[in-house]
Amino acid sequence: MRNFLANAKFLASAGAAATILAGTSAHADQPVEWETTFQAPATDMMRQIEWFGNYTMWFIVPITILVLLLLAYCIVKFRASANPVPSKTSHNTLIEVIWTVGPVVILLCLAIPSFQLLTAQYTPPEEAKLTVKATGNQWNWDYEYQTDSTLSFNSAILQDGDRAKAGKEDRKVYPRLLAVDNELVVPVNTMTRVLVTATDVIHSFGMPSFGIKVDAIPGRTNETWFKAEKEGIFYGQCSQLCGKDHAFMPIAIRVVSDAQFKTWLAAAKTDLPGANKTLMAEVDGQNKVAAAGN
Amino acid sequence: MADAAAHDGHDDHKPYHGWVRWVYSTNHKDIGTLYLIFAIMAGIIGGALSVAIRMELQEPGIQIFSGLAQMVYGMNGDAAIDGGKSMYNAFATAHALIMIFFMVMPALIGGFANWMVPIMIGAPDMAFPRMNNISFWLLPPAFILLLTSMFMPSAPGAYGVGGGWTLYPPLSTSGQPGPAMDLAILSIHIAGASSILGAINFITTIFNMRAPGMTLHKMPLFAWSVLVTAFLLLLSLPVLAGAITMLLTDRNFGTAFFAPDNGGDPLLFQHLFWFFGHPEVYILILPGFGIISHVISTFSRKPVFGYLGMAYAMVAIGAVGFIVWAHHMYTTGLSLDTQRYFVFATMVIAVPTGVKIFSWIATMWGGSISFKTPMLWALGFIFLFTIGGVTGVQLANAGLDRSLHDTYFVIAHFHYVLSLGAVFAIFAGWYYWFPKMTGYMYSPVIANTHFWVTFVGVNLIFFPQHFLGLAGMPRRTIDYPDAFAGWNYVSSIGSYISAVGVAIFLYGVFEAFQKKRIAGANPWGEGATTLEWQLPSPPPFHQWEQLPKIK
Repeated sequence: MRNFLANAKFLASAGAAATILAGTSAHADQPVEWETTFQAPATDMMRQIEWFGNYTMWFIVPITILVLLLLAYCIVKFRASANPVPSKTSHNTLIEVIWTVGPVVILLCLAIPSFQLLTAQYTPPEEAKLTVKATGNQWNWDYEYQTDSTLSFNSAILQDGDRAKAGKEDRKVYPRLLAVDNELVVPVNTMTRVLVTATDVIHSFGMPSFGIKVDAIPGRTNETWFKAEKEGIFYGQCSQLCGKDHAFMPIAIRVVSDAQFKTWLAAAKTDLPGANKTLMAEVDGQNKVAAAGN
Repeated sequence: MADAAAHDGHDDHKPYHGWVRWVYSTNHKDIGTLYLIFAIMAGIIGGALSVAIRMELQEPGIQIFSGLAQMVYGMNGDAAIDGGKSMYNAFATAHALIMIFFMVMPALIGGFANWMVPIMIGAPDMAFPRMNNISFWLLPPAFILLLTSMFMPSAPGAYGVGGGWTLYPPLSTSGQPGPAMDLAILSIHIAGASSILGAINFITTIFNMRAPGMTLHKMPLFAWSVLVTAFLLLLSLPVLAGAITMLLTDRNFGTAFFAPDNGGDPLLFQHLFWFFGHPEVYILILPGFGIISHVISTFSRKPVFGYLGMAYAMVAIGAVGFIVWAHHMYTTGLSLDTQRYFVFATMVIAVPTGVKIFSWIATMWGGSISFKTPMLWALGFIFLFTIGGVTGVQLANAGLDRSLHDTYFVIAHFHYVLSLGAVFAIFAGWYYWFPKMTGYMYSPVIANTHFWVTFVGVNLIFFPQHFLGLAGMPRRTIDYPDAFAGWNYVSSIGSYISAVGVAIFLYGVFEAFQKKRIAGANPWGEGATTLEWQLPSPPPFHQWEQLPKIK
């Protein structure tokens, strides 16, 4: 069922899908030009959200087309020149019952998978192995790794002047408005818990390809989780209006192998820029090997 | 004797001359006209703000707002860029507040309802004519306060309220300490008081002043829609007033209702706001439902299909509208059970809304349809409102909304139901009643051109925004990653086309008054059955001196 719907949806928007496939490099999830659907999922949760989104399309598109066809039929068939004498019908109990009960049935068909999806979002399949705290500030994020000895650093938008120094001159991998100075680094296939709060005004921690979005509210700690399945660098943005530079506080998460993460974490506690540089060099090397292999 | 003479003059009920007629007016038709003129002026300002927003978003990067900040605020260099960013937020906020409180509500409730509800129910005027006067005259000061706020300091280095129309604290309290926010709060207070007074007036009028024989179940659907709307206003606006009063005291008098560091909670405001805010969106659309029913029935030359179902569908939408507010807050950390409840309750609203859509189509079914301009707007309304409705059903699902919340998908959704729903209903009502209100016929060529240009324009603006939202573009940003450039460009082009549509509309109004084509009492023929079509066009200063009898 899932595959069937997913395939049919794929055909329905083949052009759009082709764009996505062409535009998504193996190691980055970010919006692409003329995109018409969700970004490619990088977690099982986002895949479920995408599936449910496509599933709803199977109801709402036919309903919209039905309304359009009925309107067109009325316009053609019952125009004054074609039908000069109007009928006087103004009641029909049966049809009124049908168009009340029909939508109820459709809503039930939507509600069942909808509640399953919602429940799944609040029922993590396993205990978190890593906990990271994200604190929103005007207009950057603080990340704190809650491991044996804490690591915390600030992550802000990458200034153009700092691109060369950070080795982030490739604007395809480090796009304008999305690239940051220090990415949040997490290991692949690891259940990660994110605690989200804010210091000044409300922000929102959203990562489209992970299927998460949760508000960062001063005085409260919200929780969400993800388990990234792909290595690479993933981009999101603050999703709650937070003042002047709301458009300029991106979220970047770099997903790496377990070994790379361990090395990075150990090094980052003493030398964050150095650890990031080493990690980037390693990841770039991998990508080059992968590209050569292709 | 002098007294008696003055008294005679009063009994004569002739309109006063000059400005006195308008400023002192207690006549529902004159006040309705004032409301309509006010709504058009506010709509032009609110629309201009939106065009500026789209000009900014036409290309990635900051295009016009740093220049605007330089011109308007006299800033330079980096200060102009920062000022421009804040100015963008102020424009977006003012666009929303103006369109909601000073365009759609005054047009539908103050304008059309004031004009037509007393006539339709066979009443000589509103129940409280003097209160009607103050209801209108509270609006211009409220509007002036809001416009003034755009030029007052808010956050350091910024002018104008930049917190969005939702005014979420702490951005609206500690985030913007300057007086701009206080002026905006005062403006909403006054506009809210105006609406509450208007609501009381409509409820009293509709309950007590119907002509003999007009039971509630014989009352025209537009009057029903206004009755439901008035109850929503009466019950929801005091909650908003309470919430923004708490904002005001948090800002100025040291209270901490919404400040977590002193025992308050920012989320309390969101609950209070949306307890008002969700009924508010039905306030914006319900009178439009009423107008569309009349237009469809008139131009199909058939009575409304399923009249009672239509009336009670509106009652149901109004009632359920009060218990769905937290579907605006799925990402705030609500518990799983809370979210489940709000998903369920929100989906329920689709049922009465579906009843309305299908009943409109059934009204046309078997009819003898003529495609006059009001009918074009009504047909456009049904189709576009359906699109906005089904994306609303998608957004109702908290699990899916996780990905769509606060993206352009939401912007597309609510503009399909409001900008293409409520506004199309306003124009349907405008062309439907323009001959009745003025006595002159509009030019069908200009009016139809207005429709088609607007139809193309608004769809170009808002349909691509669904794609932007799915791809993850957040709302309320002055700049966006370069990948979003394509659809944003299309959207901006649509905005310019719609602006041309507004110009055509204004020219059409001017042309109709210039050419003075006499419309006659009933230009729409036998399909127009409600009481306003039995009066001359324009109706006499006072109508129904002998009450009509309803069979």
